[in-house]
Amino acid sequence: MSKFIEQPRYSCALGAQQSVIAIKRAAPILHSGPGCGDKINRLLGQGEGYAGGNTVPCTNVSEFEIVFGGEAKLGNVIEGAFKVIDADLYVVLTGCTSDIIGDDIAQVTSTYQEQDKPIAYVETGGFKSNNYVSHETVVKGIIDQYVDKFKVGSNKITGLVNVFATIPYQDAFWNGNLEEIKRILEGIGLRVNILFGAESQGIEEWKTIPQAQFNIVVNAWAGLGIAKHLESKYGTPYTHFPYLPIGGLETTKFLRQVASFGGLDSVTVDAFIKKEEEKFYMHIERMADFMLEFRYGLPRRFYTLLDASYAIGFSKYLLNELGILPAKQFIIDDTPLEIQAEIQEQFKTISPFRSAEISFNIDAGAIQEEIRKDGSKNRALIIGSAWERDLAKDIGADLLIVSVPVAYRLILNCGYVGYNGGLRVIEDIYGKSLDIYR
Amino acid sequence: MSKINLNPAEVQTRESRLGSITGFNGTAGELVGCSHAGTLKESDRSFSQCMGCSSGNAFCQLSMIQDAVVVNHAPVGCAGDFFTFNFVYRVGQMERNLPSVIGRYFNTNIEEQDTIFGATQKLASTIREAYERVHPNVIFITTSCASGIIGDDVEGVATDLTEELGIPIISCFCEGFKSKIWTTGFDAAYHSIVRKLVKPPVKKSNKINIVNFWGSRIFDELLNPLGYEADYIIPFSTTAQLAHISEAVATIQICPTLGTYIGAALEQVYGVPEIKSPPAYGIAGTDQWLRELGKVLDRQAEIEELIVKEHARVLPKLQEYREKLQGKKAYLTAGAAHGHALIALLRELGMEVQGAAIFHHDPIYDNGTATSDALAHAVKTYGDVPNYNVCNKQAYELVNVLNKIQPDIMIARHGGMTLWGAKLGIPTLLVGDEQLSFGYQGVLNYAERILETLDNKEFVINLAKHSTMPYTKWWLEQDPFSFLRSDLNVKVY
Repeated sequence: MSKFIEQPRYSCALGAQQSVIAIKRAAPILHSGPGCGDKINRLLGQGEGYAGGNTVPCTNVSEFEIVFGGEAKLGNVIEGAFKVIDADLYVVLTGCTSDIIGDDIAQVTSTYQEQDKPIAYVETGGFKSNNYVSHETVVKGIIDQYVDKFKVGSNKITGLVNVFATIPYQDAFWNGNLEEIKRILEGIGLRVNILFGAESQGIEEWKTIPQAQFNIVVNAWAGLGIAKHLESKYGTPYTHFPYLPIGGLETTKFLRQVASFGGLDSVTVDAFIKKEEEKFYMHIERMADFMLEFRYGLPRRFYTLLDASYAIGFSKYLLNELGILPAKQFIIDDTPLEIQAEIQEQFKTISPFRSAEISFNIDAGAIQEEIRKDGSKNRALIIGSAWERDLAKDIGADLLIVSVPVAYRLILNCGYVGYNGGLRVIEDIYGKSLDIYR
Repeated sequence: MSKINLNPAEVQTRESRLGSITGFNGTAGELVGCSHAGTLKESDRSFSQCMGCSSGNAFCQLSMIQDAVVVNHAPVGCAGDFFTFNFVYRVGQMERNLPSVIGRYFNTNIEEQDTIFGATQKLASTIREAYERVHPNVIFITTSCASGIIGDDVEGVATDLTEELGIPIISCFCEGFKSKIWTTGFDAAYHSIVRKLVKPPVKKSNKINIVNFWGSRIFDELLNPLGYEADYIIPFSTTAQLAHISEAVATIQICPTLGTYIGAALEQVYGVPEIKSPPAYGIAGTDQWLRELGKVLDRQAEIEELIVKEHARVLPKLQEYREKLQGKKAYLTAGAAHGHALIALLRELGMEVQGAAIFHHDPIYDNGTATSDALAHAVKTYGDVPNYNVCNKQAYELVNVLNKIQPDIMIARHGGMTLWGAKLGIPTLLVGDEQLSFGYQGVLNYAERILETLDNKEFVINLAKHSTMPYTKWWLEQDPFSFLRSDLNVKVY
């Protein structure tokens, strides 16, 4: 099967530069062609952040380095970056050029590592994988080459957890989602290394990764490799919640799973969940009459064009808590084959009463054609990307843009995960549904 | 002068064709002097930040041809700019009352095994599927660092599939590593178009090619009364329209950095004269440009009348603006030719240009005519500019300079730079529509925007107060050009 892509919704391996940018006061150093950083930033970056976008140091590989090698130039740029860019951690990332010609970046970088400079390197030549996969490689690289140096003994801190959830910037709502995950985990009594974004303590927090009591993966598949790595490296156990929990049902389920895995104090856990659920369902109840009575039409079936973590999370929430029925769901993240069966299973048991049909396809141009042919009179809701704008208009569907490219919306700390995220989903979906009336 | 040669599939880079450079520190006058004396030397930076690449600029021009499809032969990350140009395309559709469509762009998704076994099969099958899906009138293939280094025979695939599918399948070679000057990508796109899409003229038309991005239709008002029709070409063109641009009476450049190659190609290959005066920015520049236009179109009397009329209309208003702007200090960052134009414009308004960071420098354009040198024109008309830095989007140099100079206003033509002015509390203006400042009216338009920006201080003052700075204190105290060196490898291939 041909694997070309119309309407790409993720980046290449080097896209993990955004994961570095998402760490407080960390800076990527690219050893790549001149346009790579900009192109990644165009798809994934909404705002430069601290040292992203045009600030990212780069060797801007030219024909000279292709012919004679780029190691010397990389050395210069690393030294320059130490002097010019005020960062706590530097991560060298390679592009296609370096990986094809075979520059030895390990050797270049290790010189500085031996001098105890805060620097790591990862080979992320664009052709090697997409950024869901390379996010893992980058996080593992930082842990092995930098964090590990600060490991003190093998003592674990009870109650301390590392969270590996969505991929920063690839999930346009990463900041808000991580804030909410941290909030609810703290609510049940944990101390949380969230590692990326506004609620993280930056590199100091990373240094405590080896001491965590356990790790939490909140993702269908991306990040699972990090937890497995930490299990074998530091003997840290992990619990895997295989999608994003959105709304009351799933968030509670998520917290219960974590609480049970970590053996947390049930009084604290129960009290927190009770309070959060009360608040959540008070809002749901408050607007149930609107959902039941609004007589001019609300979406009655939904399509998702999302990565696996979001697709499952949204599908469960929309069906079980909002009463919107699943049409076909399309998973666009190039899910590894060995994971696909587990994801199928999630959709098979999406509610006690029904299953949903899904397909895995990275070529969203083909997905759009399929949706256009899928005739139905019921008003549809599409949860997808900015590419779906015309499709939604043509089939009379409402569109909530969640996946990159997001283009038509600006996202600061909005998140869709958790109890608060679930409420926000409702505001955003029905806000759009109502907005079409004159 | 570069002799346009349409035989090779690949365009020569700007640095080898025109001797263009990306590093210089001095005054504008010194740069012009070196350019004209043929003593211009490239410098490199031992520390550098992300630039842009040719593939982005080639895509910028090819992605909005209405009946075309673009196949990007690359790993998926290279397609990161698909949506940004699709966005621009769709904004332009609104402005032009065109139906809403999305750009049809395909990425071949080069993966690890392809770098070993080659990806030409993948390219061919992508083109076939794209053809089946869209039925376009032309398919462009843009290349990448990966496809270039592994040595895929892209031209071979293009030739075979042109025959198989019966529409032009056109290769556009724009590998990022090939040129340090990303505007080489414009040249690559135009080379592909002139080489494979433009047909020899059958009869002369009354059209004038306007080589532009996606700006407003400001030339209609000027050209229609003279009996000519403005043909805004490349973005929003159709293949049928492009086939006939060889029949035009003349070619106008909105910015020779953009259109140098196509202007010269149409003149050298098909005899379409290019208006070679620097584009019409500032009063003197507009006078000069209009007079050349009058000469080429044989409308000298009408043009003289127009000049008199427009001077009478514009000069009194300009005087008012000058009084308000007199002595205000500006710093500028922009691509090459447009930067030169802005220098002229700011000087025209009585402002002091304290320095400029200009992305690259073409010592001469493809037409080989020194009169097209907009920087020389700006220096000659308005005097020298200090702190003139040729700097390919190196934000660290820019921040350092801005911090030292502290101008009253920073003006930028491209994204990604304005932040640094604002973070330092300097009012900053980004001009999106390059046509806004063109001609006599453009001087007034610009003056108004600058006054607005100077007046709007609240936001930048507050932003500066709460901003972090990713640059070290050490760096901000250094000479901004500490990393600019002429002894590094700057060999041009």
